[in-house]
Amino acid sequence: MSTEFEFTVDGETVVAKPGQTIMDACDDAGVYIPRLCDVEGLVPQGSCRVCTVKVNGRTAAACTQPAEPGVVVENDTPQVQGYRRDLVRMLFHEGNHLCPICEASGRCELQAMAYRLGISQDSLYPYLQPVRPVDASHPDIALDTNRCILCGRCIRASRDVDGKNIFEYVGRGIHKRIGVNAENLAASDASIDDYAMSLEVCPVGCIIRKREGFFAPIGQRQFDNKPIGWEIEARHKNRIAVHQIDPSEEQS
Amino acid sequence: MKRKKRIATVSLAGCFGCHMSLLDMDEHILELMELAEFDRSPLTDFKTFSRRCDIGVIEGGCCNEENVHTLQEFRKHCDVLVAVGQCAIMGGLPVMRNAIMHSEDPLRECLEEAYSSSAKVYNPNNQIPNDAALPLLLDKVYTCAEVVKIDYQIPGCPPTGEVLWATLAALIKGEPAPQEYHMIKYD
Repeated sequence: MSTEFEFTVDGETVVAKPGQTIMDACDDAGVYIPRLCDVEGLVPQGSCRVCTVKVNGRTAAACTQPAEPGVVVENDTPQVQGYRRDLVRMLFHEGNHLCPICEASGRCELQAMAYRLGISQDSLYPYLQPVRPVDASHPDIALDTNRCILCGRCIRASRDVDGKNIFEYVGRGIHKRIGVNAENLAASDASIDDYAMSLEVCPVGCIIRKREGFFAPIGQRQFDNKPIGWEIEARHKNRIAVHQIDPSEEQS
Repeated sequence: MKRKKRIATVSLAGCFGCHMSLLDMDEHILELMELAEFDRSPLTDFKTFSRRCDIGVIEGGCCNEENVHTLQEFRKHCDVLVAVGQCAIMGGLPVMRNAIMHSEDPLRECLEEAYSSSAKVYNPNNQIPNDAALPLLLDKVYTCAEVVKIDYQIPGCPPTGEVLWATLAALIKGEPAPQEYHMIKYD
């Protein structure tokens, strides 16, 4: 077993074990790197790029980039946070993300990420307002793909944990979407007990567990009072206060 | 004495919830009246601008031509335009009619659902209202920023009275708006 090594994140020394990615090592050290497509328990795929960091001056996805001894990582800098803010904004503009009508509001990771990144002002991107299907055929589950951000967490959960392969990517580029391995969800072998259908897998409100909506009242929802990532930052040895981005430094 | 700032407000394709929230700032409304006076607004019932205003507060997006004209008039008469609430910012609930599944003509589908095809509708003439006095509906719902230049946004559905007060007060005093974690909400 080779030994632990060190690298720096924003000037702070972080200890990593061999084989860890930058994100794994930072999670253990209590340094939060924003992410949407990566979740504990699934293989990272590095597709959302919200975890973009600068490694020795070059951008890389922290969830797939292996940690190496002595590398210099930039995480919480205005430039990197600006990249992330633009990425999250584009996700909002690409789909139909209507927070006021969505039952995931308050526990939605996309929304929480926007709160954390301090997105409150207008951007120059147009709203694409795509027409996307809703599949409510299954008795216990509904899919509202208007809210899908193509993170692929349900694909990996169904394939790697449930062993069912219910979901897969279909199409390319702007036409890429999540497909179901049957005519519709009811015709597939999807079950409400699948890990892929659990609340922690879908970061937005695309996979809907029927008859469970709005289970937490406003004010007691997951991200109502604490920003996304607080539980990782709570592991930090100095328990630094959560850094919130000052909107005045935002450049859009 | 410095003159009071003049505020104009309007509700376009909105539900007046943001105006309700404006009243929900409770006793801060007295402080607001110290700093500012309302010109054209549903609160004063002025239907037109009496003078040029410093701040225009817009609730709701644009779903008909009257909304567009009103918004353009606000841009013309106000120094700073503030879009308040999700409807003004990204269309909100009305924008749902822009993307109706399996529909080539979402506006027609929306009107037919509302006035004829829905099971609960009683409408023997099967007529969709088209009186000349009614403002013409736009092909789709537009956000305020798609129609005119918007200077600031206050997200929320609605933003709480506290957030509206803090933001308007900062704007009037020329300070940066406070934006703590709990103040940015999209619902």
